[in-house]
Amino acid sequence: MTTTATQFDPQAALAELQEKKPERVTLVVLSGDMDRVMAAFIIATGAASMGMRVTMFFTFWGLNAIRRPGARGGANDWLRRMFGFLNKGGPDTLPLSRFHFGGLGTSMMKRVMKQNRMPGVGELMEVAKDLGVRFIACTTTLGLMGISKDTLIEGVDQFAGVSTYLAEAKDAQVNLFI
Amino acid sequence: MAFRADVQLDTLGLFCPMPIIKTSKRIKDLSVGQVLEVVSDDEGIKKDMPAWCETTGHEFLGLEEELKGHVTHYRTYIKKTK
Repeated sequence: MTTTATQFDPQAALAELQEKKPERVTLVVLSGDMDRVMAAFIIATGAASMGMRVTMFFTFWGLNAIRRPGARGGANDWLRRMFGFLNKGGPDTLPLSRFHFGGLGTSMMKRVMKQNRMPGVGELMEVAKDLGVRFIACTTTLGLMGISKDTLIEGVDQFAGVSTYLAEAKDAQVNLFI
Repeated sequence: MAFRADVQLDTLGLFCPMPIIKTSKRIKDLSVGQVLEVVSDDEGIKKDMPAWCETTGHEFLGLEEELKGHVTHYRTYIKKTK
């Protein structure tokens, strides 16, 4: 397994699909909450290791998970630049959906996870890439939230919209919205 | 012991989905007919490993439980079929 198989070739992928007809899973990751994103990655990595072909479609707050830590937003107008500044990105900055308590609750949870050797969002994301899970970033919400492509992690396979998602989802056996 | 394994995989201390992910990677190194033993202390593996085998087509041979101190070790045996 290599971690470099990221650049997506639609033609080759289609040919492979027609030949192999693997079971398919799609996940829409709308939430940027740590617990929800973690659940999404656990399902994605689990499915991939069961031989399924997995596509994760990141939109709205979910995009924060695939932002490079510390990267500045590249929006042109000040409103979106401000928004990109306030809305922190990177797998380690995601807050818990409950009991965040200004960061205290989340950091306590992370400590417990570390003590128990549980993989965090960042590690699960690495595993997902390694297993060939495909990442798609929604272009519309990237623009809306003042996040530029170059501030995302390397290894985003595609930048696309709703039709791409639906084309994937209509042939998939499992479609989840998180 | 009822089962004989060719390769052993230690996933003690690891939580779902790591034992399954490690299994899917490790089984690639085996040749067809060989048996992989996966040791885990995550109880979920009792159901997860048969489910993984059913989906991937590998043969689930069985499970052994062993109490070590206050932790139960689950040993699952998988025969590579393809």
